Amino acid sequence: MTLDRDKWRILLVDDEVEFVSTLAERLSLRDIEPEVVHDGQEALARIHARAPHVVILDMFMPGMKGLDVLRTLRFSHPQVQVILLTGHGATRDAMEGMRLGAFDYMVKPINIDDLLKKITEAMDAAGFTA
Amino acid sequence: MTRMEHSPGVPAGSHGSTGQAAAQQRADLHDGVPPTRYRLLRRKIVALLLGVAVAPLCVLTVINYQIYQTIVAKEFEAPLRALVSKTKNSFELFFAERTSAVSFIASAYPVEKLSDDKALADIFEVMRQKFSGFVDMGFIDERGRQVSYVGPYDLKGKDYADQPWFREAALHGSYITDVFTGLRKFPHIAIVVRQLGNDGKWWTLRATVDTRQYERLIAAMGISPDSDAFLLNKHGILQTDSTYYGALLQPIPFPMPRTSYETQVVDFKTTDGQAALMAYVYIPDSEYVLMAIKPKGAAFSTKGLFRADLAILLVASVLLILLVAYKLTGDLVARLKQSDERRELAFRHVEHSQKLSSIGRLAAGVAHEINNPLAIINEKAGLMKDLLALEPEFPKKDRFIKQIDAIAAAVARCRNITHRMLGFARQMDVNIESIQVNDVLKETASFLERESAYRNIELSLSLTEGLPAIESDRGQLQQVFLNMLNNAFAAVNDGGAIAVATWRQDDDTVGISIKDNGCGMSEEVQRHVFEPFFTTKKGTGTGLGLSISYGIIKRLGGDIALTSKPNLGTTFTILLPVAHGQGGVQS
Repeated sequence: MTLDRDKWRILLVDDEVEFVSTLAERLSLRDIEPEVVHDGQEALARIHARAPHVVILDMFMPGMKGLDVLRTLRFSHPQVQVILLTGHGATRDAMEGMRLGAFDYMVKPINIDDLLKKITEAMDAAGFTA
Repeated sequence: MTRMEHSPGVPAGSHGSTGQAAAQQRADLHDGVPPTRYRLLRRKIVALLLGVAVAPLCVLTVINYQIYQTIVAKEFEAPLRALVSKTKNSFELFFAERTSAVSFIASAYPVEKLSDDKALADIFEVMRQKFSGFVDMGFIDERGRQVSYVGPYDLKGKDYADQPWFREAALHGSYITDVFTGLRKFPHIAIVVRQLGNDGKWWTLRATVDTRQYERLIAAMGISPDSDAFLLNKHGILQTDSTYYGALLQPIPFPMPRTSYETQVVDFKTTDGQAALMAYVYIPDSEYVLMAIKPKGAAFSTKGLFRADLAILLVASVLLILLVAYKLTGDLVARLKQSDERRELAFRHVEHSQKLSSIGRLAAGVAHEINNPLAIINEKAGLMKDLLALEPEFPKKDRFIKQIDAIAAAVARCRNITHRMLGFARQMDVNIESIQVNDVLKETASFLERESAYRNIELSLSLTEGLPAIESDRGQLQQVFLNMLNNAFAAVNDGGAIAVATWRQDDDTVGISIKDNGCGMSEEVQRHVFEPFFTTKKGTGTGLGLSISYGIIKRLGGDIALTSKPNLGTTFTILLPVAHGQGGVQS
């Protein structure tokens, strides 16, 4: 199995601009070119326009929360794999996300290698093999 | 099984339920109950018990003593009363006999005979043979002159017109005089009978009696040497010698008792201050009072009346009561002390929990706010490292990478800190609902299915059907199960096995076990595994997972234990109550 990361469609959703832009840059250094949005509504619009393989979704954002985005996505795009990010560290909320069908969750600050591993697994779960 | 005796958790419901009284109580408890308070309490209870138990006993003893005293007094008094009454009868008989004899002579013989010395002497001689004690006898005409006389003295012709007895006889018909010495110069009494002659003139027959007869009658009483008996007249003049109160014809040194013709017994103080009984009786138809005085002596003293058997019984009873009261109050106060200590501990736990809860909430806020900027720092540092990695010729590259790694390490430390703080915050919130343990376990296990698949770990669930729904906190239980399962996943190698099972322990308890065939734990590790910040995952673990799990299970009223053998595996066993708040589960 070869990994054509440049073909992976990854959407980063987080209201922390500095965090998400830096993460995106780091992923791009690893041949992943994620799209970046900063709120839930914008994320849903982008997904409706072109569904990504994996969404990396912050749970706590102003306006539409990550779990709300996840609920909508499970209904509209069940094939999209969602990795939840939380800065809160509360497993209870992450559990709720897992019940709603999230692929996995990670607690901020994250390790880039762990994230890459989970993205790879999610891509695998999404049936993307190149 | 190890560590079932970990420090107890604090019920979430106790938070904030403090009134002013409780606050005061807590303040008291904080200061601690001084040992003197328990000692004082014990003394008070012992004193009260003794008072309640011993007082009636003492009252009974006093009553018994008094009854006994009364009985003894009656037993002491009765013989004295009988003796005086009997002697009084003897005196009455003595006077009656002699008065009758004189009266008989006065009425039976004509004046002519009585006034004749020779005839009177014959009559007197007969009378003396019949009745002892008579000394002499004389016939006295109406003017008081003794016409005839028989006796040892020369008293014929004596004029008695001015004598009191002459006048008393004129008034009463007959009269017995007090003891007097008179013309005879020795103590005697006179029995005087007045009679009306055939010629219409009054005449008087007078006989004297030796008072030694009195002494004989009194001696016949047979009283003890410390006692006294005597005859006296109504004016208190002794008619016989008294051993302790004077000689014949002397006045007694105490007032006369009230008149009574029935024998009376009264309390009396002797001249030397001794308690005594006085028995007396006024002898009818005479001027005499018979009196006997008997000291109460040893028989009547407190010592004499004090009954040794009663005293021993009283002392033994008091000692027994004292012993029982002391022992009982000792136990009572000890239990009270234990209860106070437990209460103090509980209050301290509540207070500690309240503090932790406050800290936890604060920590949660701080951690949440810090985690995001921490994540930015982490990513920025990571990006710098990534960029440096792309620049092989970057000057001082190694040094920069070292600095960036230090930043990442510091971020990791901060992350651990915020996670600990959040762990504290999460412990404090309990949300009780009715849940199926099997469902929670299935769901939690499903989170790890992916990892088990990747690592080829066999995760098996052996869940007993029909378990009762339990009242517990779903989120917290899920956290505990996740902690247990994460530990199991960390312990086993790829290809290992983890088995989850549930069962019904008893009517009130549900059991859960999570068993792995991993590396296991040494006994030393088992001893500390539930302690906060104890970890074997050097550098990666917070050391809080099992500690928090332990706290949660305890707080939910359950219990948790483990069995483990190095290189063979570990089994965690959790017991949960079916009903929340029904008390700690005993394993």
